Amino acid sequence: MKFDLILRIGTKLILPFVLVFAFYIHFHGDYRPGGGFQGGVIAAGTVFLVAITFGLAAAKRIAPNWLVEFMVPLGVLIFAGAGVAGLLMGKNYLDYSVFSANSATGHELGILIVELGVLITVAGTMTALFYAFVERGR
Amino acid sequence: MVLLTLLAAVAIAIVRQRSLFGVVLLSGIYSFLIASVMIVLDAIDVALTEASVGAGVSVVILLATLHLIKTTEAAHTRASWLPIFVSLGVGGALVWGTLTLPPFGTPDAPIHRHVAPYYIENALRETNVPNIVSAVLADYRGYDTLGETVVIFTAGIGVMMLLRGGKRRRSEDDKAEDAS
Repeated sequence: MKFDLILRIGTKLILPFVLVFAFYIHFHGDYRPGGGFQGGVIAAGTVFLVAITFGLAAAKRIAPNWLVEFMVPLGVLIFAGAGVAGLLMGKNYLDYSVFSANSATGHELGILIVELGVLITVAGTMTALFYAFVERGR
Repeated sequence: MVLLTLLAAVAIAIVRQRSLFGVVLLSGIYSFLIASVMIVLDAIDVALTEASVGAGVSVVILLATLHLIKTTEAAHTRASWLPIFVSLGVGGALVWGTLTLPPFGTPDAPIHRHVAPYYIENALRETNVPNIVSAVLADYRGYDTLGETVVIFTAGIGVMMLLRGGKRRRSEDDKAEDAS
């Protein structure tokens, strides 16, 4: 698909919107359907799109191996760390009320933080799986 | 009803199809139909997940897998009757199990009287998050979601080790040909 003009230009045009949509799905998950998992999958989808249209090397320039492999455990650590923050402040594990003076606001913030962790792990894992399969074939 | 008929048609097509490429594409269509069914049932969060994971990512990953293996299914040498009896038996047992469920959508079914009213009444006040699904997933059921994230993490690590372990990685700046 190297010389398919429409595909290449079209991909370039919609890529930013897809990525913004992924984060919209995540950050707006409080108000509308969506959340970290779906956002992470869509963010990984942008990398897939680049890899399919422009080849694996172009995708690796956007999301290099070290970054992807770093993201996989980072998300779990963010999620688990958000729980430990509750422990350190003298509350239960994963009690988000410690993030803010107001309990409800703290919960809202905590949900965003753990969903961000989910997003990072899901996006990293999906991309890493894709790379692993594609690299194996070459 | 239309959606369910289409689902059955796609499922039969998947069984009949010998080309694995066609099977992968049909499974993407199947996922989209399931997502549509979820929208009809007002489960938008599930529909979104199914559309993005089932129809999006898994189709791409299955195509990447086809890249590694042969793309036509080997013809069966002889018909075997045991699997169809097993699947008919399990399917029949599941249908039999649904017979004693309360009618679909009954407000006083047990599942709607356990913790769901608490979430519906208190989620907005306690978490400031209007989407109750997000509140339940990330807050009330935080442990479950943490475990789910760890499962994804473990699965990813496992696949990476399996696929990369056997052979030394090539240099990164190989001239990249098309990945699809």
